[in-house]
Amino acid sequence: MIRQFGLNEALSILSGIESTVILSFIAFVGGGIFGGIIALLRTSEAAPLQRFAAIYIDFFQGTPLLMQLFLVFYGLPVFGLHLNPWVAVTIGLTLHASAFLGEIWRGGIQAVPRGQTEAARALGLRYRDRMISVVLPQAIRLSIAPTVGFLVQLIKGTSLAAIIGFVELSRSAQIAASTTYKPLIAYGLAAIFYFVLCFPLSRLSAGLERRLVVRT
Amino acid sequence: MTYRFDFGVLLPFWEQFLRGCGLTILLATCSIVIGLAIGIVTALAKGSLFRSVRLIATSYVELIRNTPFLVQVFFIYFGLPTLGLALKPWSAAILALSVNCGAFAAEVIRGGIDAIPKGQYEAGAALGLKPLQVFRYIVLKPALRIIFPALSGQFVLALLTTSIVSSISAEELTAVAQSLDTMTFRSFEIYIVATALYLAMSLMFATIFKLVNRACFSYLVK
Repeated sequence: MIRQFGLNEALSILSGIESTVILSFIAFVGGGIFGGIIALLRTSEAAPLQRFAAIYIDFFQGTPLLMQLFLVFYGLPVFGLHLNPWVAVTIGLTLHASAFLGEIWRGGIQAVPRGQTEAARALGLRYRDRMISVVLPQAIRLSIAPTVGFLVQLIKGTSLAAIIGFVELSRSAQIAASTTYKPLIAYGLAAIFYFVLCFPLSRLSAGLERRLVVRT
Repeated sequence: MTYRFDFGVLLPFWEQFLRGCGLTILLATCSIVIGLAIGIVTALAKGSLFRSVRLIATSYVELIRNTPFLVQVFFIYFGLPTLGLALKPWSAAILALSVNCGAFAAEVIRGGIDAIPKGQYEAGAALGLKPLQVFRYIVLKPALRIIFPALSGQFVLALLTTSIVSSISAEELTAVAQSLDTMTFRSFEIYIVATALYLAMSLMFATIFKLVNRACFSYLVK
C-alpha cells in the first residue's frame, strides 16, 4: 500500500532530527572529554604517551567512520556485550569524535609559541600550571573555529547510524521514501533539515576564523 | 561466553578483499579527477563578475558541504529514477562522489588562489604579461604549493567516503566485506580486516602524497 506524501510524512522525517541532535550532542561532549585527554597525551613530554595518542588519531582518521561503527556494532557482541543500537552508535561516534577533536586541539596547543611554555617553565610553573594558566587559554581560543567546524562533520556523520538501523533523520527519510515511494521529496526534505542544522554552524565557524585571523 | 577468533577462515577470500581494495581506489580516483574538474569550474565561477553565477556556485558548495554524503547518494540513486534518470549503482556512486568532492575541492582551490597577494597580479601586469601568462608564471606554482596538501587530504577523505556507497550496493571494499559477512558470519574478523585494509590504503596514499609534496613543492620561498 503506497501512501501519499503529506504533512504526516514530512513531520515523521522532521521527528528524526531529535535523535540526530541528541546523538551529535552526546558524541560531541563525550568526544570532547576523551579528545581533551588525547590532545594532552599527544603534546605530553613522555614519548610512549605521545606515540599512543598518535596511533589512536591515525587509526580513526585513516579508516572510514562506517567501519568504526560496524566494528562497535558487530564487534562488541562477540565479547558478550549486547548493546542496543543507541549505546553502540554513541560509543562509535564518541571514539570517532575524540580522535578528530584531539587532533584539532593538538594543533591549537602546538600553535601557542614555544617561548610561552619556556617562559612559564623559567618562572618555575609546573606542567599543570603551565597548561592551565598559560597554554590552554590561548590554545582554546585558536581551536574554537575548527571545533565548531568539526561539529558540522559530526552531525553529518550521525547519518551513518541509519545504515545499522538506528532511526534518526536519514533513516526516517528512508522509511518515508519507501512507504510513499517519493524518494526525491523524502531525501530532499532530509537534506534541507540537515542544511538548516549545519549551515549556521558553518557560518559561525567561518566567522570565528576570520575574526581570529584579523586579531592575531 | 568465549569467542574464538579465527582469521584463518578469511584466508580463502583474499582475492575478494584485494578486488574490493582495487575497486575502492578506482572509485576514489575517478571521483577525485571528476571532482577536481568540477572544483576548478566552481572556483572560477565563485570569482565570476556575474552575481547569479557566483550565487549558483556558492549555493552548490554550501548545499553539498552542509548535508551528509549518505543523503546525497540516496537522493541520486533512489530519487533521480523518479525523474526518469535511473543510474546503475556504480554510476550513481561516481556521480555522488564527484559532486561531493567538487564542492570541497572548489573551496580548497579558491583558498589557494586567494592566498596569492593581489600585488603579484599587479606586478605581473605591470611587466606587460598577459592574464594567462600571469597565471602560468606567477600564480600557478605558489597556488599549487598551497593547494596540494589540502587536495591530497581530500583524496584520502574520498577514499574513506567510498565506504558509504556500499549502502546502494555499489561494489567496493565495504560491500565485499558485507557480502562475506553474510556468507561466513565472521563479522568481527571481517570488519577488522576491512578496517586494516582501509588504514593501509590511506596511510599508503598519505605517504605517497607527502613524498610528492616534498619533491615538487619544498623550494624555499625567499
